Amino acid sequence: MDLSAINPVLLIASLMVAATPILLAAIGELVVEKAGVLNLGVEGMMIVGAISGFAISVETGSPWLGFLAAAIGGAVLSLLFVLLTQVALANQVASGLALTLFGLGFSSLMGQGYVGVKPPQMDKLNIPVLTDLPVIGPILFGHDPVLYLGIALTAAVWAMLKYTRMGLVLRAVGENHDAAHALGYKVVRIRIMAIMFGGACAGLGGAYISLIRVPQWTEGMTAGVGWIALALVVFASWKPWRALLGAYLFGGVTVVQLNLQAAGVAIPVEYLAMSPYLITILVLVILSADKSRAPASLGRIFHATH
Amino acid sequence: MTAPLLSLQGLTKAYPGVIANNNVSFDIGEGEVHALLGENGAGKSTLVKMIYGLVKPDSGTMLLRGQPFAPAEPRAARADGIAMVFQHFSLFDALNVAENIALGMENPPAMNDLAARIREVSENYGLPLDPFRTVGDLSAGERQRVEIIRCLLQDPKLLIMDEPTSVLTPQEVEILFETLQKLRSEGTSILYISHKLEEIRTLCDHATILRLGENVGECTPAETSAREMAELMVGSTLQTPERSGREFGEVALDISGLSVPSPSEFGTALKNLHLVVRKGEVLGVGGVAGNGQDELLGVLSGEILTAADAVKKDGQPVGRMGPTARRKLGLLTAPEERLGHAAAPDMSLTENALLTGSVREGLESNGFLKWGLTQNFAERIIEAFDVRTPGPDNAARSLSGGNLQKFVIGREVLQDPDVLVVNQPTWGVDAAAAASIRQAILDLAAKGAAIVCISQDLDELMEISDSFAALNEGRLSAPRETTGLTVEEIGLMMGGAHGMEVAHV
Amino acid sequence: MIVLEKRPQPSQAWSMATPAVAVLATMVFGGVLFAALGKNPIEAIQTIFWEPLFGEHASYYRPQLLIKGAPLVLIAIGLSLGFKAGIWNIGAEGQYIMGAIVGAGVGLAFYPLEAWYIFPLMIMGGALGGWFWAMIPALLKVKFGTNEILVSLMLVYVAEQLLASMSLGLLKNPQGYGFPGSRNLQSYDSAHNAELFAGTGMHWGVVAALIAVIFAYVLLNRHMLGFHIRLTGEAPRAAKFAGVHPSRLILFCLGTSGMLAGLAGLFEVAGPAGQITIDFNVGYGFTAIIVAFLGRLHPVGILLAGGVMALTYIGGDIAQSKLGLPASAIQVFQGMLLFFLLALDLLTNYRIRAARKEVA
Repeated sequence: MDLSAINPVLLIASLMVAATPILLAAIGELVVEKAGVLNLGVEGMMIVGAISGFAISVETGSPWLGFLAAAIGGAVLSLLFVLLTQVALANQVASGLALTLFGLGFSSLMGQGYVGVKPPQMDKLNIPVLTDLPVIGPILFGHDPVLYLGIALTAAVWAMLKYTRMGLVLRAVGENHDAAHALGYKVVRIRIMAIMFGGACAGLGGAYISLIRVPQWTEGMTAGVGWIALALVVFASWKPWRALLGAYLFGGVTVVQLNLQAAGVAIPVEYLAMSPYLITILVLVILSADKSRAPASLGRIFHATH
Repeated sequence: MTAPLLSLQGLTKAYPGVIANNNVSFDIGEGEVHALLGENGAGKSTLVKMIYGLVKPDSGTMLLRGQPFAPAEPRAARADGIAMVFQHFSLFDALNVAENIALGMENPPAMNDLAARIREVSENYGLPLDPFRTVGDLSAGERQRVEIIRCLLQDPKLLIMDEPTSVLTPQEVEILFETLQKLRSEGTSILYISHKLEEIRTLCDHATILRLGENVGECTPAETSAREMAELMVGSTLQTPERSGREFGEVALDISGLSVPSPSEFGTALKNLHLVVRKGEVLGVGGVAGNGQDELLGVLSGEILTAADAVKKDGQPVGRMGPTARRKLGLLTAPEERLGHAAAPDMSLTENALLTGSVREGLESNGFLKWGLTQNFAERIIEAFDVRTPGPDNAARSLSGGNLQKFVIGREVLQDPDVLVVNQPTWGVDAAAAASIRQAILDLAAKGAAIVCISQDLDELMEISDSFAALNEGRLSAPRETTGLTVEEIGLMMGGAHGMEVAHV
Repeated sequence: MIVLEKRPQPSQAWSMATPAVAVLATMVFGGVLFAALGKNPIEAIQTIFWEPLFGEHASYYRPQLLIKGAPLVLIAIGLSLGFKAGIWNIGAEGQYIMGAIVGAGVGLAFYPLEAWYIFPLMIMGGALGGWFWAMIPALLKVKFGTNEILVSLMLVYVAEQLLASMSLGLLKNPQGYGFPGSRNLQSYDSAHNAELFAGTGMHWGVVAALIAVIFAYVLLNRHMLGFHIRLTGEAPRAAKFAGVHPSRLILFCLGTSGMLAGLAGLFEVAGPAGQITIDFNVGYGFTAIIVAFLGRLHPVGILLAGGVMALTYIGGDIAQSKLGLPASAIQVFQGMLLFFLLALDLLTNYRIRAARKEVA
């Protein structure tokens, strides 16, 4: 065992990378839940995003097009959820599960030809002087652009919810869809937009795993990250900045346990690999006392009556 | 007469199986307070939804100041100067006052400017409001103010008010009326929907009466007696329940020093409640909605547990018993919300009969169900209470409000309770069904049961109860004998004007 | 313009018909998918649905139907109780694994002793293992109000890691030449869940599944507890008013479904699978969710749905070897089935009408 092999600067830098897929998916789901919809299909949309992004960037050679395709892939899959819950008024829990089961199967079907292929690399940010600074450089200025996009998206969602008309209407729809309908807001239309945004974000998060974090394609590679993102939204009490904090916490746990594995700590690998899931449960337990901030219409079916 | 502000001509709207409005025509004049009068289900709501752009008429036209008016959505109606204060469902508990108001406006100003305008308008009309308070923490009267101010900020030409006084104390009603009169003097027309006749006689210039979706008459309320209007509204002579002079027996229900927090986030905690009900007595509990009524019912049904001796039945502490144990002892309850609380909407009437009847009617043994007996019980309820339904296999949600309410009350009455607690027994129920429910409650009391009737309908409470107490912010006033109580006294028991200022007109 | 109109009460006819229509719709769209993969759609569908039952080698495949169907039915029956009450255990896969680990562990602890009581003890071990794993989300929900969906699912990943650890460590076959995996229980008579009649596929798991179906049927239709389960799902406030203790119901539903999933795992590891290995679990716990919905959460429906789903597994295997259809295509096919089912459920509660455009 050699703990000195663990470099704290690299640890923090890789923590940020590990946190980004969770953050992207959680920010998307946060918006969906703020609109009063519970989409448990995050895992399914992520994995479809992972393979769509991977396949397109391998075919075109452009990681950027890959990420674009991932966002589209996630959003298209979320349209199935829209059909079930907003058009056919199906139960949201069951529909989310259906999305995940379908997405897992569909992604491995699509990904058959891509096992073992190496994707094109995305260039990292390289600002002369700043990136070369010791400690701060690799932590703050040495990442790929999508990581910064995740943070920017967090800020944008926060500002949108807090300061804009659109955010106010979105929150209103999530709090009380009957009242929003009575005031003339298009509840279903607003929710569809939110669900598709959530799908696109989950797709981006999935592609981040297959294109940057790993980077390669294996079946079921999201391994529960989508579910952790769902837990994170609860952890964050539906507040964007707390989602960022939570994502870094989970990212930290993942990276530390991987580093411990590499350092050959005397704990069996399997037990270390369990830790992110166990920590998620622990955090859920600690936070489940505070239910007050959940949008009041969350998960309820809306059918406009006369 | 000058040209009307809004003219409705032959409006018709049909839903499958029911014609909500059939060829309804009337005019609302400029600066007029126009009453729209009718029973539950007479088609008032559908009519105003058409004016507000929520529903489109099948046929007929509307003219606003002589121009064709067909709002495709509420936004369009608002743009043309129509504003509406809803009875239910239009506030967002978790948002603050200013945010709620901004949602009802087309182009709201920046939050700080809006807050300043809210303060200004609310002071001006004698309805003070803090723009940054969370709406869920407001009283029913204050919530209504939010809606009214939301409308006033848009300088409406026509203000629609749907049953506005059902959530107010008599003193608060007076303040509201002064506000409305100020508005009228400024030239705003008001369409005032109600079934409370005395109010309409005080306030309104003109009234249109709807029955079963049709315009059955118009009148000038100040010149028409309440009785005449009532008969137009109901279409037949009304029966008031018979009440025999009653002797009270021993104490059946005894609540002392009861305090419990509310289980729901924006609920009301009960604070140090005391009340005693004797056998044969009907105690009426009044009060504006949201002052602890649901919690009081929960405490008596056993859904909310308390200290054991805070609630006693026939001297036996029952505060820690669940609903089933209390039913076994003869303490039965009927909650306000019919669908989802008193009954399961998608389950059959037979299954709903089992819901509370299993213990006292012997519908189970060792946990195994006796469906035959249960169906008999459901049929007995349907028969005895004249519940209109094809049979006990039909789902609860297929019944009309009045019929389901008769089923729910009948289910408890037929189980022969010692103590019966009902919350809003005739809410949203047509006059005939309401009268039969009230009669059933009185008959049960005459047989020696103790009754607690929680209601927001003061007329109902005056009609059936022997003594009266009011809930106000979770506190219960000392019960008083009903005979001889004045409206002012009742209003004060209900908390007076809840700190509202009288409008300085 | 099309509008939805809520029926006064749920339609019985549609409630029975939707699963069949959903299967048909899945066949059509599945055919399109197979065609897109360059396979003959009719041949593929026929291979999946016809071949295992009436094809050339049907005598080999028919027993497989029981072997694949039993765990699906067993798990789905348990899940359906919770789903009916609005309690979402989606971690049956984890409970299935734990049942297998504990059950196999009990058996292996006696090795090489031969005794009649070993297999019954293993059954108890399997039930307890699954029950214990499901009690974690149950107790957390009751005590702290923690979301059972997320906790039960997280525990699947934990169970998978435990499974890996067991097959590499504690339960590893000492005579296995260093390969991961436990001793094979098929060659340990006292612990072997053998076929009750040779060549039929009928083992103790099938018996348990049938008992579970009957048990669930009686519970839901004839017993107060079952009534309370249904009531809680339909109207939670009404259930509380009727005197239901929500906590007890959560413990019962999650506990029972965990126990049944654990049993399914035990019968699998002691029978068809034979040993604990890293890739012991094949997703029955998740597929059972589809089975539960396809069976409309009704015990008899689940029995039929378990059969249909087992058919797609076996038919999928045949199509894989015969037509080269990828294994994941069957997974997509099963996912599609759930989609159509949920979408068509609309017809049970709503009527679709053509109407003029209305703002609503």
